[in-house]
Amino acid sequence: MITLDRVTIRAGGFRLQDLSFEIPAGRYGVLMGRTGSGKTTILEAICGLRAVPQGRILLDGRDVTPLRPADRGIGYVPQDRALFQTMTVRQNLSFAPGVRGWGAADTAARVAELAELLRIAPLLDRRPADLSGGEAQRVALGRALAAKPKILLLDEPLSALDDETWEGMTVLLHQVRKATGVTTLHVTHRREEARRLADQVLVLADGAVRPSAPADLEELRR
Amino acid sequence: MNRDDRRFLGALAVLGGGYVLLIAAMFAADLFFTSPAQLWRALATPEIRFAIVLTLLSASASAVVSILVAVPLGYLLARCEFPGKRLINAVLDIPVVLPPLVVGLSLLILFQTAPARFFEKHAFQVTYAVPSVILAQFSVAAAFGVRVLQAAFSQMTPRSEQVALTLGCSRAQAFFLVVLPEARRAVVAAFAIAWARSLGEFGPVLVFSGATRMKTEVLSTTVFLELSVGRLDAAVAVSLLMILMAVLVLWILQHLGRSDAIDPTVRR
Repeated sequence: MITLDRVTIRAGGFRLQDLSFEIPAGRYGVLMGRTGSGKTTILEAICGLRAVPQGRILLDGRDVTPLRPADRGIGYVPQDRALFQTMTVRQNLSFAPGVRGWGAADTAARVAELAELLRIAPLLDRRPADLSGGEAQRVALGRALAAKPKILLLDEPLSALDDETWEGMTVLLHQVRKATGVTTLHVTHRREEARRLADQVLVLADGAVRPSAPADLEELRR
Repeated sequence: MNRDDRRFLGALAVLGGGYVLLIAAMFAADLFFTSPAQLWRALATPEIRFAIVLTLLSASASAVVSILVAVPLGYLLARCEFPGKRLINAVLDIPVVLPPLVVGLSLLILFQTAPARFFEKHAFQVTYAVPSVILAQFSVAAAFGVRVLQAAFSQMTPRSEQVALTLGCSRAQAFFLVVLPEARRAVVAAFAIAWARSLGEFGPVLVFSGATRMKTEVLSTTVFLELSVGRLDAAVAVSLLMILMAVLVLWILQHLGRSDAIDPTVRR
């Protein structure tokens, strides 16, 4: 479960104030809003990468506001994916388990499991520079899921993909959610993504997050 | 390419090419002035051999120490906002813009102060000894290394480092596991610049270390000493040697900076 309780976030020149919303455990939330409205800033605050001077952020009921990013148990896929360029795909996937002290056998088993789920087994020995946009996105997703986080944060994960790859990725995100049961917050400005994936749609406008009315969601699904 | 392109690019090539030509002509003039026999004769001299060894060792030590300060300073200046940052930026320009002799003189004066004298008395001799050569080279070379790394860290997105933090890294782990490997080429480039600056450093070494043969003589001092006693052929031979050493070391470093040279097994 992701809970923001009257959160204020400072980001460069602007502030987001008094943000409150909740995404229940195992649900897929989509946060929509125009470019520059602060969607990424909210994800960064949940990750612990932005200061939260007021309010609380709770993940699965635990107040993580004072915790460092490493201790929040999240998987984060930024918009530019930010794969580790000097590492192979396998090393990218092994990174979080390695840092968290998993044994070699457990890490290898997890990499194999993710490679199958995300259909990236043939890419394991490649470098990020040799991947297509869709492949890089799947690897970034795998890296975020590797240490089995309870929370997954996706920043515009389907942007800059061609139609066919976009289609495949939405199906894959469905499968990932089914396989892992991870609580997801997916940021986008595209209605179609919300229509395909969301259990719950939130809209960020004028510095406030409001849940999309059920009627709006129905309209999106139509 | 149309006529307009040709004229524009041609003008750029003429302007830039003049400089390249000047460097090539200087190198060619050195080359024709001396002969392999003279080069060998110069190399056979014990003083010059000593200077070669000291130059290689001191430039390498200076470059290593330069990297040790340039990596943290470059990173802090590129990624962090803190009070006094502008002042520190200005201070770092001093070794670059100051006349080299003044750098040497300032070091000499610094080592006349009570704390430095205490250090020399109880630790080891610096002034007019080998450590002074390394310190003189380092005090200028490090500033160049800092600028190279500051530019490199500024251009790198902080995203991968941030992702590493969310994946379980401490700040230090993210730096050593993700940032530093991604900045590898810049670190090698900074090392190369620092090494090359150290190789050519003369003014600070002359003032701070003296030009004592078989003690603090490096190749740049050798050129000066040979010139001062009128042995132009030996001075040119040593100059050529310095050019060859610089080209060789920079070539090796450039090769090392390519990632496939570090890990050839991984397909790029």
